[in-house]
Amino acid sequence: MELTEFVIKTITIFVVFVLTLVIAMYSTWGERKVAGFIQDRMGPNRAGPGGLLQPLADAGKMFFKEDFIPALANKWLFIAGPSLAMLTALLASAVIPFGSTFKWDGHEVVLQGVESNIGILYVFGVVALGVYGIMVGGWASNNKFSLLGAIRAASQNISYEVAMGLSLIAILMMSSSLSLGEIVSQQHGGNWNIFYQPLGFIIFITCSFAECNRVPFDLPECETELVGGYHTEYGSMKLGFYLFAEYINMFVSSAIISVLYFGGYNYPGMDWVYNQLTAALGSETGHNVATLIGTAVFFGKALFFIFFYMWVRWTIPRFRYDQLMNLGWKKLIPLAIFNIIITGAATLFLKPLITAWLN
Amino acid sequence: MQLTNRSKQVSNKEMTLMERAYLPAIATGLAITLKHFFAKKVTIQYPEVKRYLGPVFRGRHILKRDEDGKERCTACGLCAVACPAEAISMVAAERIKGEENLYREEKYAAVYEVNMLRCIFCGLCEEACPKQAVYLRHDEFIPVFSDRDQVIWGKDLLVEDMNNRYTREAWTKEEARALDNKRANGEVTNVVPRAIP
Repeated sequence: MELTEFVIKTITIFVVFVLTLVIAMYSTWGERKVAGFIQDRMGPNRAGPGGLLQPLADAGKMFFKEDFIPALANKWLFIAGPSLAMLTALLASAVIPFGSTFKWDGHEVVLQGVESNIGILYVFGVVALGVYGIMVGGWASNNKFSLLGAIRAASQNISYEVAMGLSLIAILMMSSSLSLGEIVSQQHGGNWNIFYQPLGFIIFITCSFAECNRVPFDLPECETELVGGYHTEYGSMKLGFYLFAEYINMFVSSAIISVLYFGGYNYPGMDWVYNQLTAALGSETGHNVATLIGTAVFFGKALFFIFFYMWVRWTIPRFRYDQLMNLGWKKLIPLAIFNIIITGAATLFLKPLITAWLN
Repeated sequence: MQLTNRSKQVSNKEMTLMERAYLPAIATGLAITLKHFFAKKVTIQYPEVKRYLGPVFRGRHILKRDEDGKERCTACGLCAVACPAEAISMVAAERIKGEENLYREEKYAAVYEVNMLRCIFCGLCEEACPKQAVYLRHDEFIPVFSDRDQVIWGKDLLVEDMNNRYTREAWTKEEARALDNKRANGEVTNVVPRAIP
């Protein structure tokens, strides 16, 4: 690999990493603000203007608390749990396309950590690994509530991954590519997948709620039944890492939703803006500015979905466990299969008719 | 026999398809929470913004002076007797010649102390006082204290400052209620507070 390419990749990955962490950090603040606003309160507003320094204050508190490990816990697995949760959560952000390309001195840099042609499979693989963090932590705690929470998390994630994968198949049938960059560029010009796959989108977003262990599917940490769930025995920054991993997962799945269904960095009138900018600022700067606008649009979409996660959390109550399983296996999976059949039929029979009618 | 007009017929009917689909209900819920999201917040930012607690709120104590700046308290001890928490203690002294502009009666309180850890702010001292000397302010609280030596308040903290006299809009609950009614009817908008009842 060429040295400049290596440096550029390093910088890109570093930027993606830092962005993910900062967004996850401010999601904790956002969550408390949204919770407050929905409950007619103000939310945190003492640390800094609008409470903006609250995440720093929280992190400071977490770091200086006693790092406690229960006597009968398995020490190494107890530490490995939150580390794994953090690791898998952060890994998934590597393949998300944040924008189109940057042109600089003859180089063209793609705003994506890793350009992989199996991007979406990679995301699914890493997200599936995420359950290990919870499972290992819950088991190592040597506490029945932790273990029950971990088992719930494991079975829930496995159940909903099936429906999620099936709802994704319909997208892949349309795009015939596993690369996230390719899927985004196919949605150029208002061809967002949400218009073709509304049912698939509903299934996907429901499953992503379950995958992130968010309300209404937050049974792993159901405090009325399980004390704190899998992180009952955790304190200080190890607990912080678990909670942080949840927020990173939230950001990653919001980003994936906007990539798969809402056109990623595409927005209406994109070509016109691009032409205006390149005409006004020259092909290189204009291109870069257009890319930056696209990236901002992408983050806008992702942040909206983070807000949506929080909005849902403070609106609806938690499912009962049998309801969760019934919804997953008896409703979502048949619906997803139905969606695949519909998509197949539509691409085979409906699409030629419509193209013939349009021409 | 009908016991209440709020009773509802309970039914175990099958849910309709709309109800079983669950999403319309979620959308309704989301609309409700979004309405609250943009609603005006009820929070009062306490240390910066203080709510008006009404003209008869019982806050920190004050030993009133009269119009000439003479202390009204005559150290009769009725407030100390009335106090259910035994928070008030005093030492009486006789007024000597030349102190007529300081004390209204021949006898005065040389020491007047309120133990703020004991005080329950019931206002019985106010009611007991025959000289209308002790009052609980409606506009100030006892500030937070962190040391035992800040607990007992002497005359230096309690006696009224003539440059910043304590005034009230209403002196009794009845007056306050009448004032509230007048305000509600729009008869008065601004009341000039009075210094002495």
